[in-house]
Amino acid sequence: MELVVSIGIGVLVGSGVWLLLRPRTFQVVIGLCLLSYAVNLFIFSTGGLRSGAAAILAPGEAGSLAQYADPVPQALVLTAIVIGFATTALLLVLLLAARGLTGTDHVDGRERGR
Amino acid sequence: MADATLLLILVGLPFAGAAVAGLMPTGARNAASILAGAVALAGLGLVGAAYPVVSEGGVLRAEFAWMPTLGLNLVLRMDGFALIFAGMVTGIGALVVLYARYYMSSDDPVPRFFSFLLAFMGAMTGVVVSGNLIQLVFFWELTSLFSFLLIGYWHHTAAARDGARMALTITGAGGLALFAGVLVLGHIVGSYDLDAVLAAGDRIREHPLYLSALILILLGALTKSAQFPFHFWLPHAMSAPTPVSAYLHSATLVKAGVFLMARLWPVLSGTDAWILIVGTAGLITLVIGAFIAIFQNDLKGLLAYSTISHLGLITLLLGLNSKLALVAAVFHTLNHAAFKASLFMAAGIIDHETGTRDIRRLSGLNRSMPFTSRLALVAAAAMAGVPLLNGFLSKEMFFAEALSAEAALPGVLNILPLAAMLASAFAVTYSLRFIHGAFFGPDPVDLPRQPHEPVAWMRFPVEILVLGCIMVGVLPAATIGPFLDVAVRSVLGDDVPYYSLAVWHGFNRPLVMSFVALAGGVLLYLLLQRRLQSGEDGPPLIRRIDGRRIFERTMVFLSWRLARRVEGLTGTRRLQPQLRLIVGAAILAAVAAVWLRGLGPGNLKPSPVDPVLALIWMVGAACALGAAWQAKFHRLAALILLGGVGLVVCITFVWFSAPDLALTQLTVEVVTTVLLLLGLRWLPKRLQVADERGPEVLTRTRRIRDLTLAVAAGGGMALFAYAVMTRTPPELLAQDFLRRAYTEGGGTNVVNVILVDFRGFDTLGEIFVVATVALVTYALLRRFRPAPDSVELPEPQRDQLEADAARMRDGEAGRLADWLIVPFTLTRLIFPVMLTVAVFLLLRGHDLPGGGFSAGMVVAIAIILQYMIGGTDWTERRLRLLPQLWVGVGLLLATGTGLAAWFFGRPFLTTYFAYAELPVIGRIPTASALLFDIGVFALVVGATLLMLVALAHQSVRGHRATPRPPAAPATREAARAAAAGED
Repeated sequence: MELVVSIGIGVLVGSGVWLLLRPRTFQVVIGLCLLSYAVNLFIFSTGGLRSGAAAILAPGEAGSLAQYADPVPQALVLTAIVIGFATTALLLVLLLAARGLTGTDHVDGRERGR
Repeated sequence: MADATLLLILVGLPFAGAAVAGLMPTGARNAASILAGAVALAGLGLVGAAYPVVSEGGVLRAEFAWMPTLGLNLVLRMDGFALIFAGMVTGIGALVVLYARYYMSSDDPVPRFFSFLLAFMGAMTGVVVSGNLIQLVFFWELTSLFSFLLIGYWHHTAAARDGARMALTITGAGGLALFAGVLVLGHIVGSYDLDAVLAAGDRIREHPLYLSALILILLGALTKSAQFPFHFWLPHAMSAPTPVSAYLHSATLVKAGVFLMARLWPVLSGTDAWILIVGTAGLITLVIGAFIAIFQNDLKGLLAYSTISHLGLITLLLGLNSKLALVAAVFHTLNHAAFKASLFMAAGIIDHETGTRDIRRLSGLNRSMPFTSRLALVAAAAMAGVPLLNGFLSKEMFFAEALSAEAALPGVLNILPLAAMLASAFAVTYSLRFIHGAFFGPDPVDLPRQPHEPVAWMRFPVEILVLGCIMVGVLPAATIGPFLDVAVRSVLGDDVPYYSLAVWHGFNRPLVMSFVALAGGVLLYLLLQRRLQSGEDGPPLIRRIDGRRIFERTMVFLSWRLARRVEGLTGTRRLQPQLRLIVGAAILAAVAAVWLRGLGPGNLKPSPVDPVLALIWMVGAACALGAAWQAKFHRLAALILLGGVGLVVCITFVWFSAPDLALTQLTVEVVTTVLLLLGLRWLPKRLQVADERGPEVLTRTRRIRDLTLAVAAGGGMALFAYAVMTRTPPELLAQDFLRRAYTEGGGTNVVNVILVDFRGFDTLGEIFVVATVALVTYALLRRFRPAPDSVELPEPQRDQLEADAARMRDGEAGRLADWLIVPFTLTRLIFPVMLTVAVFLLLRGHDLPGGGFSAGMVVAIAIILQYMIGGTDWTERRLRLLPQLWVGVGLLLATGTGLAAWFFGRPFLTTYFAYAELPVIGRIPTASALLFDIGVFALVVGATLLMLVALAHQSVRGHRATPRPPAAPATREAARAAAAGED
């Protein structure tokens, strides 16, 4: 299982980095989305991959890691997902504004060689 | 009065006065000058109050803890030497204030002038009474800063700006060197306390770091005191108002360097290096300054170079390693302050009353301003070293020292008396030129103003100072004697050599030298007179060597050419190389870490591969690769593939026991996709053209390089993730959170309890970020101007509208609206259901998967669905959304919940919980965390809608395309008018 997820993370990072280095703003946005998936998964996986562990405490009980999934990475990733959405939105609007202002969607605001 | 109070007031009062003067209205000339005068006189009074203690050999000292752990305390310390300087700063300061009241025109913002002047006075006082070297450097830099403001007071003239900038650059840079030197000195001594430093003279001189400390400290002192080769800033500082020159360049700013050299004289002097640096700098400055002064046609320029020369004399005396010379140096410092301040003021009076300072145009002012001319005559005579005036006495001492000096280099010893005599002769010449040129000769013609005597009060400070010159000159032992003694004793200790302050020492060699210099100077003036009267500005031979030009060339080179070249070599404005560097550096850092620490196999046995998840991830990987492949030419496809990846991630969360994450991921995924879809509309068309030759070589290399980076990053990350996953996760907080989630947080959904309770403050910060981003997005889009080629409706939409119109004409069915009836009805039906789901998620969040984030997202999705199917107009006619209000309410609610804890005497964001039985809904937790979560919910709804709706609105509002840069609106007004028209 671990192998599958880590290869998955690797593919996401590879695709993300590739897109990050492309010249068009939209490619960069997609690349950043892919990277944030990968990073979220990675942080999530630091708690250990456990399928079938309980996520919700039995009422009235103090839980322990033996029965329950690690909640800390989950809480971290949950906020990261929302923040990731917000920054994607900001980046998208920025690139739209830049494209309107400069007339190009190149990341430098001008085409190569001009 | 206690020491501490006295010293604090002495230093603090000018700064307080500066603040008050700075707040006065622009026209308050009298009020500001009265305030400044009162402050200066109060300072002088405090110095006087300290005199009885100090004259007995006592030291006023006050210490305040500042950073005691670092051994840094604020120490104010006043001994005799500091007292003399403080008296000079405040005393001459008071005179300058009086003078400036009448000099400054009421058109100038005079309160600002006095504000700067007082602040400078405070900084200067701070320098002289500092008992801690770091603190001294601090005040030292303040004097540079305030002198910059004073020199640049008439900032509308380029000369003032340039002069101020040059003075700041030179003295500020010197100050930095001084700071470094002081740090070295403190390192040697082990303390920055002045007393400790002064007690460690031998240790300092024998330390291997002595030379570096010495050079750095002298760089500070010599730049401040305008010594060769840093002298050139001083003449350019003459573009300051004359009171500033009289104050800064006679008694205070330039004397700070001399003060420092004398202050540290007991510990730094006595070595060959000291003689070599200080003595040589002083000697060269003495002669060159005096030589150049002769050829200045500007009265203030002449005085400036004469100041440089006299500072050279003092520096030379300090550099002679002789205690008697130190006495002479301190004595001359006082004398110079008196006669030079009065001469500057006299030059200012001439300028004020005649409108020019050019010696060639001035003449015969003796008849129209007899009083001023006599005062200037006496002061100039003191400067020239005429007997029975104060300048003569210290010059005699200087000659005596020049004759008896022991120099490191025997050659210097021989030329020293000669150079001293030569410089004195030059001094006589320029003094004569000042007096004869301005006051004697025929009546002046063609002056800008009709000359006459100034108001009496403007002359009063000059009279006081000139009286001082005469008194000291005639009765030195009775007037200046005790003060000089106190000052010298506090520097040298009880080891003060015998010196005699008498007018007549008998017929000895210094006296002969004096007379030779006087006669030589007069002769030189007679020879040069005709030439000077018509000659151009500047000395012969070395006129071409312009310090200012060298300075400016250096500055241009350093701050422009060199900077540009370095930037060109090492920097780029292009994003891609920067990102490549960042990615490369990250990979290298990871590789280095693995290299150094090794990466063995983990302790956990990997769990068996589940074929279903493996299959899902095959799809996910394919989607990711496809998105990377298609993002350039097929954006929609890439977006869909991105959504596929998101779903796979979501499934992974579910698979590995994280239902909350899956829920949030799913909802965010929907919103992100809609957002990006909305953005697609404004991007340029890009068609893939089949090129048979394929990409160019350069492009191909670039791609291979990027591919390598991507593969390395991806492979490394996979390896890294695998290594992490096959190790037992560290037990940090998880156990603790799990244990306390129900018992103390009152919820069984631990993730939610962490978010709204344990780490509520983090969540609060996070929602502020989201709110900020939403508002920024909104603000950016309000002024959004699309590129010209995106303004028109997109082609498919145009086709659709045409087809619809045609169908409408022909009465056929099958228009877009007809086709959309089914989803339209469905979304309307589903809307209340989704809202209910959202409330459900919100309420159960504390115990079961859900919570404010996902609930907020669900509401946003519900509303966006209406927008997408019903259209903006239709939706907004029926739903009045106020996203900003939601954002505000959310933030207030979340923050308010946190603040409410304060009312119960608990820390911020402490939660309270209980269970309430509600009819129908049942038992729900009513922790105050729920209120917080409702705040989060409202914020997420508001922020998401704000962003999406703002972006969606761009399609319906009328657009004016951004003109291409060359055709940009000619003026800012036009641009503003265009923008206003658009809103």
